[in-house]
Amino acid sequence: MAKKVKSSNKSKLSALVVDDDGVCRTVHCAFLRRHGFETSSVESGRQAVDLIRSGQKFDIIFMDIIMPEMNGVQATRALRAMGVKSMIVGIDCDLDYINEDFMQAGMDRVYEKPMTSEIAISVHQALLNNNIV
Amino acid sequence: MHRRLASMRKSLLDQGFLDEQFIQLEELQDDSNPNFVEEIAASYYRDSARQMLNIDQALDKFPLDFTKLDNLMHQFKGSSSSIGAKKVKNESTQFQEYCRAGNAEGCRRTYRQLKKEYATLKKKLEAYFQLARQAGPLETASRPK
Repeated sequence: MAKKVKSSNKSKLSALVVDDDGVCRTVHCAFLRRHGFETSSVESGRQAVDLIRSGQKFDIIFMDIIMPEMNGVQATRALRAMGVKSMIVGIDCDLDYINEDFMQAGMDRVYEKPMTSEIAISVHQALLNNNIV
Repeated sequence: MHRRLASMRKSLLDQGFLDEQFIQLEELQDDSNPNFVEEIAASYYRDSARQMLNIDQALDKFPLDFTKLDNLMHQFKGSSSSIGAKKVKNESTQFQEYCRAGNAEGCRRTYRQLKKEYATLKKKLEAYFQLARQAGPLETASRPK
């Protein structure tokens, strides 16, 4: 399902972290950078949509789910409606309590916080596997 | 020095103040980022002070807006879990359960406990990081697997 930008000189995958909490943004980016990603981060679903609408592309988007104004599910729907094909991974606490259909909204995976090395490695591998197609 | 640090770390884990997430964060430290965990903890205590002020204010209102309290605590829980603050995270979960049950007294009682755990962890982390700075760069070899 991944539309991969053909770019054999690109040694790193690019990740966008979307989270309204600063500590989470820092922690997520640190794990991702350690495991082969270049990272960018924004504070809201709205900023994510605007950034991508402006032409920025990412291999993967880590999306916090509960956020004010535009939540992660709404942002994901908006991005898919824009034709974004990047992997979108939801990550938040208490997923069972969040009454949303993540997959229907267009997320590829969801994880319970916190971000870990295992998560970073797993998504990195999945992206590499997708690119072999 | 490293042995003392490892012993302090083990004690914090065994007593449930911290969980595996803290260890994962320490593994991210390297020469280019030697004080990463201390910096993250400082950010956490700075940001969460503001969040807790908001929760304080929300708890002063009558009647309580349980949805708002739940959302405020949700963000706090996210950052607490990201740094491995285990007891604080558990109290956050308990608080949210009381919110969902509409139990005001339960919320207030849990929040008092949360603040205690939060303050205790802060002191323990200050001592830990002070020792860590004296000990020098952490070696992952000293971490119990």
